[in-house]
Amino acid sequence: MDIHKFLTPPAVMARRKGPHDRIVLSSRVRLARNIRDAAFPGWAKKPERVRVLELIQPAVESLPEMQNSFSEAMDRLPALDKQILVERHLISREHAAKAAGSGLVLTQDESLCVMINEEDHLRMQSLRPGLQLRQAWTALNQVDSALEKKLDYAFSSDLGYLTACPTNLGTGIRVSAMLHLPGLVLAEQINPIVQSVNKLGLAVRGLFGEGTEALGNVFQVSNQMTLGESESAIVERLEKVLAQIIDHEENARASLVEKKPKVVYNHIGRAYGTLANAHSITSKETMNLLSLMRLGIDLGLFPGVDRAIVDELFVLTQPAHLQKQHSEKLSAEERDFLRSDMVRDRLSTVSRPTAAPPTPPPAGPEVDKT
Amino acid sequence: MLCCVCKDKQATVHLTQITGDKMQKVDLCEECAKTKGVNDATGFSLADLLLGLGASQEIEQAGGGGELTCKRCGFTQADFKKTGRLGCSDCYQTFSEALGGLLKTMHKGTRHTGKVPESLRQNRDMADRLKLLQKKLAKAIETEDFEQAAVLRDEIKQINAGTSPAPTS
Repeated sequence: MDIHKFLTPPAVMARRKGPHDRIVLSSRVRLARNIRDAAFPGWAKKPERVRVLELIQPAVESLPEMQNSFSEAMDRLPALDKQILVERHLISREHAAKAAGSGLVLTQDESLCVMINEEDHLRMQSLRPGLQLRQAWTALNQVDSALEKKLDYAFSSDLGYLTACPTNLGTGIRVSAMLHLPGLVLAEQINPIVQSVNKLGLAVRGLFGEGTEALGNVFQVSNQMTLGESESAIVERLEKVLAQIIDHEENARASLVEKKPKVVYNHIGRAYGTLANAHSITSKETMNLLSLMRLGIDLGLFPGVDRAIVDELFVLTQPAHLQKQHSEKLSAEERDFLRSDMVRDRLSTVSRPTAAPPTPPPAGPEVDKT
Repeated sequence: MLCCVCKDKQATVHLTQITGDKMQKVDLCEECAKTKGVNDATGFSLADLLLGLGASQEIEQAGGGGELTCKRCGFTQADFKKTGRLGCSDCYQTFSEALGGLLKTMHKGTRHTGKVPESLRQNRDMADRLKLLQKKLAKAIETEDFEQAAVLRDEIKQINAGTSPAPTS
């Protein structure tokens, strides 16, 4: 099955709404689980990994939540499809590099995704648009409770769920949200925020998780500690911190517009200018400029323009998605040409930003200005 | 890209370690690289970076000189130090000494307080109930309340036989 055809089109995904989706792009909860009688994937030999995959994959497929899902062994997926999955944040880069003995089960709406034999035997995740950590946890908790009846989990009453890396021990939970924080970056407040979030025992990472850059001003905030605290306590703690970060971002945007409007409009105007007129553009530059355009839409500088146009391009302009739209193998240079063509075309109906936002700046529903 | 240890300075030292089929990348600033002795690539341990400062020393010391090996999966203390990960679920017992200190610095607590699989939860509830009944039984015998003792004895028998006990009034 073609993964790109199976997945929900980016145009549809970009139009999904969620609470606080102005700033919170998505919420995610993942659980790490292992089978009692097998070595962890990183240490198990290939035959044992294959045995575990053959045990877990049917169990996951049989869940009512996973009916009509996409289920495949990683070694049967073309490299390009794996890259598409990484760009959609459905699998980790590590999992994309896996060969025989690893697998993937994924629902069509991309709300549930189970990686088999990643770092742990099971890495299952639940995804939601906007800020919906609690809903994501509830959905995943159900999946986990159904699976525990079919699989013998490695569990100790003292240490909880046993994981390959001691950093995931206990609940095996990672609760995270993907945040768009251009205001804090432009106001140069992002570093102190990251540091204080770190002090609270939470991690801040880039767009593609551990050790990646914050391309497009997108940051991932997640819990680091998994033992000695219950799942719901972790979800609650994250909710509190995220609410504060959202406040800080809104404040940073408001004070930027008030104190340095020219600086902000200059950034946004130039971003639009480049995106709407470039004839060659890298994916990194595209993401960083799209982020500024998204900020412009949020600030009301593009009256009547939906944020979805930017969010869709954010996905479509990434290398594997771009390659997927063309049958012949593209070089990096050719991709940069085609990317700019697509962006120019999409923005041809978007007028250049207004010189100042409508007053008062739209906090909720957008006001059309004629 | 920021240093993944101090999360403050720009990372200038980029390391990739391949263990088996697993690739691990680490980005450090110059200062952290120096304090971790990364300049000398041979003395460098991923455990330190994954599990926190001093983790590799802690793992080493806990062995008491000898080289611990997991009886079930053959994972050694050196493997743990090198990868920062464990081989199988039994390793948590094998390396419990080294883990004790690590878990304390890594997590909020050292005891799991979250979700418990339902099958174990039932067992645990049952064990708790059994303990309570036995206590009551001892007391009933002590106070020579033999009628109550007989009821309790039957209930304990039922639990031990694996059938669900009749609701007590």
